[in-house]
Formats: sequence, structure tokens, C-alpha cells
Amino acid sequence: MNYIMLQDTFYIAALIGLSIPLGIYIYKVMNGQKVFLTHALAPIEKKIYKLMGTTIDEEMNATQYARSALLFNTVGFVFLFFLLVLQGIMPFNPEGMKGTSWHLAFNTAASFISNTNWQAYAGESTLSYLVQFSGLTVQNFVSAATGIAVLFALIRGFVLKQKKTLGSFWVDLTRATLYILIPLSFIVALLLVSQGVVQTFSPYKEVTTLEGGATQIIPLGPAASQIAIKQLGTNGGGFFGMNSAFPLENPTSLSNLIQALSILLIPAALCVSFGKAVKDSRQGRVIYITMMIFFIAALTIATLSEQYTAPIFDGVTFSGSMEGKEVIHGVGASALWATVTTAASNGSVNAMHDSLTPLAGMVTMFLMQLGEIVFGGVGSGLYGMLAFVLLTVFISGLMVGRTPEYLGKKVEPFDMKMVCLIVLAPPLLTLLGTAAAVVMPDSTSWITNSGAHGFSEILYAFSSMGNNNGSAFGGFYANTAFTNIAGGIIMLLVRFIPMTATIFLAGNMAQKKNVAAGEGTLSTSNMLFVGLLIGVILIIGALSFLPALALGPIADFYGTR
Amino acid sequence: MKNNNLLKSAIICFGIMTFLCGIIYTAAITGISQLFFSKQANGSAIIITLKDGTQKEYGSGLIAQDFKLPEYLIGRPAGTSNLSPSSQEQQTLIQERIDWWHSFDPDNTADIPMDLVTASGSGIDPNITPEAAEYQIERIAQTRNMTEDEIRHIIEDYTSKRFLGFIGEPAVNVLKVNLALDGLL
Repeated sequence: MNYIMLQDTFYIAALIGLSIPLGIYIYKVMNGQKVFLTHALAPIEKKIYKLMGTTIDEEMNATQYARSALLFNTVGFVFLFFLLVLQGIMPFNPEGMKGTSWHLAFNTAASFISNTNWQAYAGESTLSYLVQFSGLTVQNFVSAATGIAVLFALIRGFVLKQKKTLGSFWVDLTRATLYILIPLSFIVALLLVSQGVVQTFSPYKEVTTLEGGATQIIPLGPAASQIAIKQLGTNGGGFFGMNSAFPLENPTSLSNLIQALSILLIPAALCVSFGKAVKDSRQGRVIYITMMIFFIAALTIATLSEQYTAPIFDGVTFSGSMEGKEVIHGVGASALWATVTTAASNGSVNAMHDSLTPLAGMVTMFLMQLGEIVFGGVGSGLYGMLAFVLLTVFISGLMVGRTPEYLGKKVEPFDMKMVCLIVLAPPLLTLLGTAAAVVMPDSTSWITNSGAHGFSEILYAFSSMGNNNGSAFGGFYANTAFTNIAGGIIMLLVRFIPMTATIFLAGNMAQKKNVAAGEGTLSTSNMLFVGLLIGVILIIGALSFLPALALGPIADFYGTR
Repeated sequence: MKNNNLLKSAIICFGIMTFLCGIIYTAAITGISQLFFSKQANGSAIIITLKDGTQKEYGSGLIAQDFKLPEYLIGRPAGTSNLSPSSQEQQTLIQERIDWWHSFDPDNTADIPMDLVTASGSGIDPNITPEAAEYQIERIAQTRNMTEDEIRHIIEDYTSKRFLGFIGEPAVNVLKVNLALDGLL
């Protein structure tokens, strides 16, 4: 347990230490300032705008910005869908994978453009290398870049005064990809290869085993390049079916640390960028602290539950719950990862979440159900959190009878309508999806476990898709027409409704005048506000999900004592 | 911008991104990896030169192989259960594995380490804990007519430590130990 505490403390310290300089760097990039890569990349950047027929100083209003973002994602969706269906007749397919079913292609395309990376398939037995690197890897990048772009549109909404435009989606997307995601992925990918993550276009390898001389297949592929951005972009979709539990995807303690840090790095750094951008670093710090409090609380519960609540067997050394975990990660690094991956909307796993102890399983589910705002997705986590901040400001304003203000902008009815869309779409779609799945006549044949834990498998699946996370209780059989279609629709709605609402919120905010903070203005940069914010998040999350959680993990916990 | 132009921009932008992130980036990483980390990038194969000079591949150091003979170190149960650790099905499975160990090695009365009776996440965990290796030393030594210290020494050679002394868990690579026991590695 001492090692686990030391490891967790080191992780948090490293995360904070790395996120501050990166946050400043991201702010400079997105604000068009000079950084050390400008010299090398600016010519490429200009060339891209020229090819697209746009310019570096193009300005878009909210409608144009939203239309560009949606259109870009639609193009990505169509491309990926056809790539999946037609992979059988395309090159870079040494294992001769056939085209996928149309509903699996729909689900997978929806999943990857929405930064969810829910996977109803196992990569090594379903997908060609071409789909992996030219389809999925690309979406790993651009879905994360889209999140960063929209976040900065919202930030500009707060900063700009009486302006009708928010910048250009194309410029934001290009800068986020070129200056932030590609360089970071480059470093991480090479570090991972050095640890033993595979990176090759060669076909799978057949070897003979030592005892018995049986044939064993070693799956290969261009994995490390995709895994780097899978973590950095909070995507989470594994190159192989067993994701980061699979040793060829995550072979050592060091590769595990690098990947776990990569997951929270950009979402944490964006809090710092936010503080920089609004010229008040305390505003960013308040959000960072709020997220960190949720994270540490969740990590503590998950770790203690895994270490101490597993069943004890006569004649077996008791050393925490090891079912579904790799030896090199053990209880500590597995519980840490489970918390990290569900706090962020990442969803990759280094241990099987279905085999987590009931309380740890509940923590991972609840982190998703809060709306993926505890760090959350790249960009989307922070714009989701900012919606909760506005909601908190609004509720506090109502309590004292004053017009609510945030960062010098009045919060008015239109803004609150957008906030409600952002805050309420995920829980509504999660619960509707769960309810629909449960009443399907053959739903019991999709689950591995029985009783309360079986219900948890379904609730987890729709919490994951309904919050763009993508992890799963692996016992849930996902590749059915119902789950593929319903889940695909949910993932698209839950990504693009809040995203569009955020852009329109930004557009409305940008048009407002700045009002000077008076004596009655609620400060949003002190610990009192952190407390209020935590309260609002918990109330919304708990009110929405306690009944469902009581039927799943809570019943599971008490039922098996 | 008109809608038509916007669609054109979106398609061109997507094309550029596919070229940069899908093709250039993947090709660059693959090239550098094959150049500098060719062993790791190709699956960490264990290639052994036999006495007659031929090279033989014995699998990957990262993927478990099935061992059931008493002279070998035995790894974790294969496959992934996805069962709740507290479920009845899981308890039955674990009891079966405990019974298997007791009938396989009836003289061993020590407690069985947890990792030997639980399935991993990958289903092909190449490692066991040092305790799980220690649990098997006496049996392997007796079967092979070697001393326990000789076996222990080989196991230590293929045990990875915690990174920086506190990150992750120490682990014994089962396949490498068994290759060394057979005098191949």
C-alpha cells in the first residue's frame, strides 16, 4: 500500500508539473503567438490554408463556426464508414480482413468521430492496417483537435467584447493538430516503441511454443503511432481488443506510466490555458482544483476497494483483487488507470473493468455519469465544466437575487438554455439508452454476469457511450444491431448537441459588453466557489443516477457481502 | 463562405489531415522504429541460436505460453473471465484452480499466491509475481534435480523491478525463465 501511495502521489505531481508549461504553450499556439515550433511549422500551416482556400485571419460567427465543425465531422464520418465496409478490397490488409457489417461500421464511425472510441469489435481480428492508420488514427487526431477548437471558441466568447465572430474553425483545428497533437504524439509513440509496443506493417507472426510445440499467433501492426494519440487525445480505442491490458500495447511499468500521464495531460493543461486566456490564472486554478478534488476522491475509493474488498479464499495469499489485472500493473497501477480513464473521457483500460470490485466499478461509472468533466475529453471536458460553472453562477445568483455574471459577462436566458443542453443531454441519453436496452427481449443474452452485476454491465455500456468515454464492462456483448445503432446515435447526439450549444453560447457571450465587477458580484476564483461548484455537480449527478446505481453496483456490493 | 465552398473546404481539410496524421505521421514513426527499435517494434521475439548454428524463434517475451509440466514454471490461467470478483461463478472457478494446484503439487502446503488462481486482463499475461515463482521453486528443483538456489538464481535473472523503485509491480517472465531452465537462454 505504501508503494501505491507513493506511485499515486508521483503521478499527480508529474501531471501538475507537466500540465503547467504545456498549458501555457497551448494558449500561445491557439492565440497565434510565436512558439519554438513556429519557425518549422508556419510554412506548412500557411500552405494548408492556401489549399483549403481560406486565410489565417478568416473570421466566423457562431453559425459559420458550428457549420464548419459539423460539416468537417460529417466528411470524416462518411469516409470512415465506407473505409470500414470496403476494407476487404483495399490495400494494407495482410490478414485479409473482410468488410464489416453496416451497423458495426455505423457504430465505429460514430464512435471515433465523437471521440468516444467505444469498440464493438477486437482490432486484431476485425480491422485491416489501412483502416487502423488512415481511418482510426486520423479520427483520433481530429476529434481531439475539434474539442480544442471549440473550447477556444468558447474562451474567446468570454474574452471578446461586442464582437460577432469567434475566429476560424479551420485555423483552430489546424493549429491544434499541427502544433500540439502531432509533436506530442511523435514523442510518446517513440517512447512506447522503445518499451515494446509494436510498430510495423508486417503480417502477424506464427511461432511454435516451448512446451507441446503448439502454434501461436503474435498479432502485429502499426500500433504505437495510434496508441500515442489514443491516449493524448482522450480517445481510448485500443489497437488490439484487450486495449492497454494487452502487453504488445502496454508492455512495461514505464509504458503504463507514460500512457496514464498522456491521458490527463492535455485536459489538465487546458485549465492552465484557460486561466492564461482570460487573463486571470485564478479562474483556471479554481477549475483545476475542483477537478483534482473529484479525481483524488475517486482514486482513493477505487484503490481502497480494490485492495481491501475482494473476497478472501482459504489457502490463497490475500493481495487485493487480481482478477482481470496484469501482474506488472497490480492493484495500484490498475486502480489508478481505471480512475484516470473514466475521469477523462478516454476509456482505454489496462485491467478489465467488469472484474473491478463493486465499489470501484461504481466510481468509474459515476465519473463518466458526471458528464466527463473531471478533466474529461480534450477540450470537451473543460467546455462541459464551464457549463457547470455557469450553472453554479446562475444558481448562486438566484439565491441572492442578483443578475449572475461570469468573467464580466452577464449570464442571460439564452446562455442558460445552451447550458442546459450541455448539462442535460448526457444523463438523459444515458438513462434512455439503458432503459431501452433493458427492455429488449434478448438483452439477458448480451451479458456475462447475472443479477445486479449484469445490470451494471448494461448501465456501464450506456454510461460510456452516453458520455463519449468508450470503456466497457467487457462481459457485455456489444456487437448487436440494437447496441450498434442505438449506441451510435447516442454517441453522435451526446457529442454534437453539447458542442453546437457551446459554440452558440460562445457566439452569444462574445456579443455582450463587459460589466465591471461590483461588491455584489460572486467571486468565481476562491475556495467558496470550488465548494459551490462541487455541490452543483454532485447534485445533478446524484439526482440523475442514484436510482440506477442502486440497482447496479450498490446492490452488487451489498448482495455479495 | 457559401455552403458549397464550405463543403469543399471541409473535404480538402479532411484530406490534408488524413495525409498528415494518417500517412506521414504513421510512416515516420514506423521508419524510425524499424531503424532504432527493430526488436521491440516487431513483437519482442525471442530468437535463439541453437548449437548447430540455426536460429529458432521461441515466441514473444510479451505473450504468455501455456505450461503444464511440473519441470516448468507455470503461469496464470489463460483467458479473460470478465466476471465480478465477488460473484458465485467466479468463486467456483477459483476453487477449481485451488484444487488443481493442490492435486498438481500435493506436497506444497504453502498458501497459493493470488495471481496463480485469477485470470489476467489480457488473457495472455506473460508474468507472475515473485511470490508465485517462489511458491513453485521447490517443485521445479525436485523435478529437475537442481538445487533451489540454482532455480532461484535463474528466476531473479528474469525478474523485472518496479520502475524507479516504486512504479508498477515486480514481475517474473515465465517464458524466459523456462527457456533458461532448459538451457536455451
